[in-house]
Amino acid sequence: MSEDHHDHKPTGIGRWLFSTNHKDIGTMYLWFSFLMLFIGGGMAMIIRAELYQPGMQLIEPDFFNQMTTLHGLIMVFGVIMPAFVGFANWLVPMMIGAPDMALPRMNNMSFWILPFAFGTLISTLFMEGSAPNFGWTFYAPLSTTYGPASTDYFIFGVHLMGISSIMGSINVIVTILNMRAPGMTLMKMPIFVWTWLITAFLLIAVMPVLAGVVTMMLTDRNFGTSFFEASGGGDPVMFQHVFWFFGHPEVYIMILPSFGIISQIIPTFSRKKLFGYSSMVYATSSIAILSFIVWAHHMYTVGMPLAGELFFMLATMLIAVPTGVKVFNWTATMWRGSLTFETPMMFAIAFIILFTIGGFSGLMMSITPVDFQYHDTYFIVAHFHYVLVTGALFAIFAGAYYWLPKWTGNMYDETLGKIHFWISLVSVNVLFFPMHFLGLAGMPRRIPDYALQFTDFNQMASIGAFVFGGIQLLFLYIVIKCIRGGEKATDRVWEGAEGLEFEQLPSPAPFHSFTEAPEVK
Amino acid sequence: MGDGMSVLLRTVKAISLMFVSTELFAAAQMDLTPGVTAISQEVYELHTLILWICVIIGAGVFGMIFISMFKHRKSKGAVAANFHDNMTVEVLWTVIPFLILIGMAIPAAKTLIRMETPADDAEVTIKITGYQWKWNYDYMHEGFDFFSNLAKSSRDVIYAENNKDREGINYLLDVDNRMVLPAGKKVRFLMTSNDVIHSWWIPAFAVKKDAIPGYINEAWTIVPEPGVYRGQCAELCGKDHGFMPIVVEVKSAEDYAAWVSEKKGAAMTAAAGDNKVWTKDELMAKGEQVYAQCASCHMADGSGIPAAGFPALKGSAIATGPVAAHLDMVINGSKVNPAMAAFGYMSDSDLAAVITYERNAFGNNTGDAVQPADVKAARQ
Ligand code: HEC
Ligand SMILES: [Cu+2]
Repeated sequence: MSEDHHDHKPTGIGRWLFSTNHKDIGTMYLWFSFLMLFIGGGMAMIIRAELYQPGMQLIEPDFFNQMTTLHGLIMVFGVIMPAFVGFANWLVPMMIGAPDMALPRMNNMSFWILPFAFGTLISTLFMEGSAPNFGWTFYAPLSTTYGPASTDYFIFGVHLMGISSIMGSINVIVTILNMRAPGMTLMKMPIFVWTWLITAFLLIAVMPVLAGVVTMMLTDRNFGTSFFEASGGGDPVMFQHVFWFFGHPEVYIMILPSFGIISQIIPTFSRKKLFGYSSMVYATSSIAILSFIVWAHHMYTVGMPLAGELFFMLATMLIAVPTGVKVFNWTATMWRGSLTFETPMMFAIAFIILFTIGGFSGLMMSITPVDFQYHDTYFIVAHFHYVLVTGALFAIFAGAYYWLPKWTGNMYDETLGKIHFWISLVSVNVLFFPMHFLGLAGMPRRIPDYALQFTDFNQMASIGAFVFGGIQLLFLYIVIKCIRGGEKATDRVWEGAEGLEFEQLPSPAPFHSFTEAPEVK
Repeated sequence: MGDGMSVLLRTVKAISLMFVSTELFAAAQMDLTPGVTAISQEVYELHTLILWICVIIGAGVFGMIFISMFKHRKSKGAVAANFHDNMTVEVLWTVIPFLILIGMAIPAAKTLIRMETPADDAEVTIKITGYQWKWNYDYMHEGFDFFSNLAKSSRDVIYAENNKDREGINYLLDVDNRMVLPAGKKVRFLMTSNDVIHSWWIPAFAVKKDAIPGYINEAWTIVPEPGVYRGQCAELCGKDHGFMPIVVEVKSAEDYAAWVSEKKGAAMTAAAGDNKVWTKDELMAKGEQVYAQCASCHMADGSGIPAAGFPALKGSAIATGPVAAHLDMVINGSKVNPAMAAFGYMSDSDLAAVITYERNAFGNNTGDAVQPADVKAARQ
């Protein structure tokens, strides 16, 4: 394939502001997510510094609540989701043999909404009164009747994020369904494309629900309605039902694309085909469908009827089955392969093990009577950081190392990559593992100060946090170094790599991927 | 099973000790408490069972991964095999986990059903109401109720620089007035809230239920032995969510009966207090106690936290201005800011005392002595 005849890149700031190119937009998404990682991570450092010892030392309780709230919102909506959209932008067209995304202008808009959304959200820190301080789950009436004035800006920000996500997912769906190269049937698509297709449907289904719940908040706060106000005949528990009807699928929105990334990486470095391709597709779809009928396991203690509690317990336990299938498939893919351990593979293996640990604590929490003890403790905090940090974030790291050579044309520094991996691996466990013990021993989550018996594990966690936070600066350095130069990557990049982006495109991939549809066998 | 688990826990603890080490560490609890009730014991057993299921499955799966990593590596000359599906295996690893889950769900459902069976035969019923940031315990059939706040000994040292100051006082796990229960009797709790959602939790009873405005939730327990059990509010409820502990003291039936009659007597005295005329000194002394409920926002020295929107009372317009406006603010709450709740649920004498206190403490020195009768009049 000739490399330059279609490469007329626009230049200057206009290249980025008016970009309709899937790679440039993907790059912007990824950088945006990286920036938010440092902002949200900085807040986590403040939280861990205050929790280093009992007593209030550095900040006030109300500011502590603002930090936990914004940390959660930024990490969920500003880091994990945009990073995956960035991957989708870069990879979906290359993987299905398309020249670009189907709706390039919408693509531009869905990205450029984000800086405004997060600008609005972060600006609340500088407003009079207080920034949102009711947790990323913003339960009513703490967020409605009792919310600070800045809550209305938070609502506006959430609306913007929702619009951006919906446009992004429409784009992904249209691209995947209409722009596949001839011969690329659905059941031949790379798993990453499959997981994103399913994720996009989840997004379209639940983002309007989130928009609905914040709109009800808005009218409760400003226009005299009482959706969630008991004294006006409303129902604060309904808030939680609506929120988690969005929130549970949201959890899978943050993990399905990671499954996709891991399913690309493990076969490459095992030099062996993915085990059980079709069962992977079915497992992902069943997880997505089940994700709509388990929401109330986040709220076992609200006083649901027994039948409700039993139903949600059984449905939740059921999710362990397809999730188990995925883990078994990855294991079987590695079994009797020919393994090498480049950085992406290291992160991918760590993902499988640590995500599974998060899955185990999830299974434990599905048991309603036991969850009465775990609910709202650090056990939960440990659980969701295992699935979102050593899960989603590790998959993002793995994917970044895996495709950076294809994107930039240069190999990253393998030694530094390994250092990044090992220090992250150790510190992240020092950070989150002790939280299991804290939760079991009875430490509630979202408290700025704690009883003395929780001191040691909190100290451990804080030390882990500082190291884990700090080492991400090395990752930043590695990425910049890779973009600026380094050993040239081959077109195939990895010995065992398969897929159109490795087999049919040069490294770096040209500005427009496939102007002519490639042949798919 | 229990033994194996404690060996595992000790190992983890030993590894953890390499990171940090203080004398407290040896005492740190790592596993769920088995608690003191039949239900909490069942819950603990379910927890241990599911934990072991996870440990065993984990050992199997992670074992396979580690074997691949060591035996099937390219550097050892491993050549990749060619298989990429196998119907039998795939059916097996779908069906077996499913069966394990059913095995788990049955005992779980049994325990759950026991926990959720309404306690219509309860001998004591206590209505628990969450407030920002304290609990009210209403002994519904005895005719008295009281508030339970974070103990002053804890509140005073939240900002202390030396950790030694926090030792020996059950820091953040102690209250001024404990809930008291009779041992061996079935007790029913009815939970609700006056403002935002709170959650009442005592790990040793395995009781955690949300206290939600507009709802009445139910839970029950039977605690066999006397003792003191501690917990905390579990649902984020605002600024002082971390500072609203729960302490339950379980007494023998006789001691409980004595406690109840003492409380009833005190309630009678308080009611009488609403009808008498107090001296200013009496009002100030009582007011200082009641003011503990205001100090989380207005601070003990009346300086407030203006940056967070909690005004100072020291020299404030209302606390030094006309008494009527002051009465209105405290009884009915603020018209513009829900953080300043309506405190009209307090007794006339408590309100009279705290208002008198605010008007004369912190250098406000208005000289006013507000009487319970004034409060009664202002309520109309
Ligand atoms: C949850 C925090 C909180 C607690 C607890 C609280 N207040 Fe307030 N208080 C406020 C806020 C906020 C305002 C400002 C209300 C406004 O702007 O209308 C206020 C205002 C006041 C004022 C008027 C001050 C002025 O001059 O503007 C008085 C008097 C007062 N409170 C008394 C009390 C008393 C008495 C108690 C305890 C029984 C109490 N407050 C407990 C938050 C609180
Ligand atoms: Cu509370």
